[in-house]
Amino acid sequence: MVTWPERYGGRGLDLIRWLIFEEEYWRAGAPLRVNQNGVFLFGPTLMEYGSDEQKARFLPRMAAGDDIWAQAWSEPQAGSDLAAVRATARRDGDGYILSGHKIWSSRAVFADWAFGLFRTDPASERHKGLSLIVFPLDAPGVRVQAIPQIDGETGFAEIFLDGVRVPADLRIGGEGDGWSICMATAGFERGLMLRSPARFQMAAKRLVELFRAHEASCPPETKAAVLQAVMDTDAYALSIYWTASRMRAGGGIGAEASVNKIFWSEMDIALHRAALSILGARAELLREAPAAGDVGRWLDGYFFSLAGPIYAGSNEIQKNIIAERMLGLPRG
Amino acid sequence: MDFRFTDEQTMTAEAVRALLADRCQPQDLRRLMQAGESRDDSRWAAIVEMGLLGALAPESVGGLGLSEPDFVQIAEACGYAALPEPLVEAAGVATPLLASLAERPEAAALLEKVLAGEAVVVAAHPINPVIADADLAAGVLSARGGELHLFTAESLSFVRQPSVDPFRRLFTMEETTGESVKLAEGAVAARALLDALDRGALFAAAQLLGVAQRAVAMAADYARERKQFGKPIGSYQAIKHLLAAAQVKIEFTRPVVYAAAAECANGDAFSRARISHAKLAAADAADAACRAAVQAHGAMGYSWEVDVHLFLKRALALSGWWGDAAFHRARAATRVFGRPLGPETTFAADAKNG
Repeated sequence: MVTWPERYGGRGLDLIRWLIFEEEYWRAGAPLRVNQNGVFLFGPTLMEYGSDEQKARFLPRMAAGDDIWAQAWSEPQAGSDLAAVRATARRDGDGYILSGHKIWSSRAVFADWAFGLFRTDPASERHKGLSLIVFPLDAPGVRVQAIPQIDGETGFAEIFLDGVRVPADLRIGGEGDGWSICMATAGFERGLMLRSPARFQMAAKRLVELFRAHEASCPPETKAAVLQAVMDTDAYALSIYWTASRMRAGGGIGAEASVNKIFWSEMDIALHRAALSILGARAELLREAPAAGDVGRWLDGYFFSLAGPIYAGSNEIQKNIIAERMLGLPRG
Repeated sequence: MDFRFTDEQTMTAEAVRALLADRCQPQDLRRLMQAGESRDDSRWAAIVEMGLLGALAPESVGGLGLSEPDFVQIAEACGYAALPEPLVEAAGVATPLLASLAERPEAAALLEKVLAGEAVVVAAHPINPVIADADLAAGVLSARGGELHLFTAESLSFVRQPSVDPFRRLFTMEETTGESVKLAEGAVAARALLDALDRGALFAAAQLLGVAQRAVAMAADYARERKQFGKPIGSYQAIKHLLAAAQVKIEFTRPVVYAAAAECANGDAFSRARISHAKLAAADAADAACRAAVQAHGAMGYSWEVDVHLFLKRALALSGWWGDAAFHRARAATRVFGRPLGPETTFAADAKNG
C-alpha cells in the first residue's frame, strides 16, 4: 500500500519508494502477503474504476488486512481464453443473481471477498457483455472448494456460485465494461507490482550462500548457473527501476508487463534449478528428513516457481501479446 | 537512481540515428560490398563532420567532455545500422584513451588532429587478437610489456586479417622501425588499459543491443509479409514466440547496458562486473535475435541475398570483441562471489580510497 493514497490507508509514495520498501521487506525475511491479489491487483483496479463509495468501503479494509481478496476470473472452459467466460450475473431488481463455476482462484480458501468476471448480457459473446462484480465468499449460495496443489499444499480453489444474490453496487465500473477493466488489472498483475525485484535478489543471495557451502562438490556448470541467476536478478531489478523512472515521468506500462512476466518467471525457475543442482541427490529430501541438512525451502520454492509461467496469463499468451503489440505481428 | 536520458542525450543520439537511417541502410552496405569496399569514405567524412570523435575527451584538451551515458545510445544506433566505419571504436575507446595520456606532447599533437577531424587513432589492446581499422589510423596506441606506447602509422606494417564480417577491417601489426613514444608505464598504463577495455566492452555491448533489435525488426517485417498456408507466417505462434523470446532478452539487456554506462566512470569491481554483465547479456540477446531472424526467414535466411547475415556476422564478431564470454563471466564472478549481494547492492560501488 506504499503507493496508495493516504486516505485509503496507503502512504502516498511513488514507485521508487515502493521499490525501496520492498527491498527492506524482503531483506527482513518477511513472508509472502496473503492479500496480494487484493493490494496489488484489485486495489489499483478499484482506484481506477471504482466509485468513491466503493473505494471508501473496500480499500481501507483491504489495506488493513481486514478483508482478504481472491480473484474469480478463470473457469474450467475459460483459462487462457478468458473471453469464453460463462458465469452469469442476471439482473434482478436492484441486484444481480450470480451463477457459475470459477476455478484456480488463488487463496480463495482463506479469502473474504472475490472479484469476479461475469456475463451480464446473456445474449452476448466473447469480450462483450461482461462485467466485474465483487461478492463476499460467505454469501448464501457460494461454495469454495480447495484444489490441492502440486506441492500438496492448499492455495487455490474452485468457487461454485448457485443463485448468489448481490446488490448492484457491487459492480465495478459500467455494465459491459468488465473485459477492459480486467485487461487493465492484468496489466497491473504482470507489470511492476506482482513480483518486486528484491524478492529474487534475496533468493539469489541465499543461492550464493548455498553454493559457497557446497562449492567443492559442484561442477563448473553449477557455478555458471549461479552466476547467471545473480545477474538475471540484477537485470530484473535494473529493468524495474528503469520502468519506474519512466512511469514517474508520466510514461505508461504496456506490453512491457508481458516482457517482465516472462523474464521473472523463467528466471525464478532457473534460480531454483541451480539450487537443486547444488543439493544434488539430497534435493528430493523434505525438510523434515533426518538427513536433509540444509535443503531448506528450495524444493518448495522450485515447485512454486513452476506456477510462474502459468498464472497471471500463461507465458504463451504473453509472447503473443509481445509479438502483436511490440513487434506488430498479425493476430492469429 | 533515475534511468532516464536527458533531452540532450536523446537529441544527440537522434541526430546520429537520422544520419545512419539516411546513409547506412542495407542497400548502402550492399553497394559497398559489390564495389569490393568495406568502408564508405564519404559517409565517414559526414560522421567526422558531426564532431563526435572528441565526444568522450575532456573539454580541457578540446573534447566535448561528454561521458559514457551520452554515447551509449549512439553506439546502440551504430549497431542497429551495422555501421562499417569506426565511430564507436574511435570516439568511444581510442580517442578518450589518447586524451587521458595527453600530457605527452606527442600524444597532445595527435589528439589535436583527431579532435580537428584530421586524423584517427586506434587502440591495439591486448584483449583483442587483432586491431580494427589500423589502415585508417595516423597513430596506434599499443601495450608493450607493461607500458603504453604511441606508434605512428609509418613505424608499423600491417597484415590484413579478413573477418567473417565484410565490414570489419582487421589487422595484425609489426614494428618496422621500432620507433615509438612511451606514453605511460606501471599503474598508470595498467589503469588506462583497463579503462579502455571497460569502454570497449560497454560500447560493444551497446552495439550488440542495436544489432539484436535490428535482427528482430527485420524478422518481424518479413513475418508480416511472407504468407504460407494462406496467412502471414507472423500470425502463427511458432514465429511469434520465437521472436518474442528474443525480444524479452533484448528488453532485459537494455537497462543493464544503460546502467553499465552510468557506472562506467566508477572504475571499480561493481562497475566492471556490470559492464561484463552487459556484454554477456547483449551477446546472448544478439545471438538469439540473429538466429531467430535467420530461422524466421526460412531458406531465404540462409541466403546471401537477405540482409540478415550482415547482422548475424556483426553479432558474431562483436561477441568476442573486447573480451569473450569466458573473460566477462570471470569478471562478473569477481563481483558475485567477492562482494556483498542483496537488493541494497543493486547500485553499489566500492568506497573510494582517500
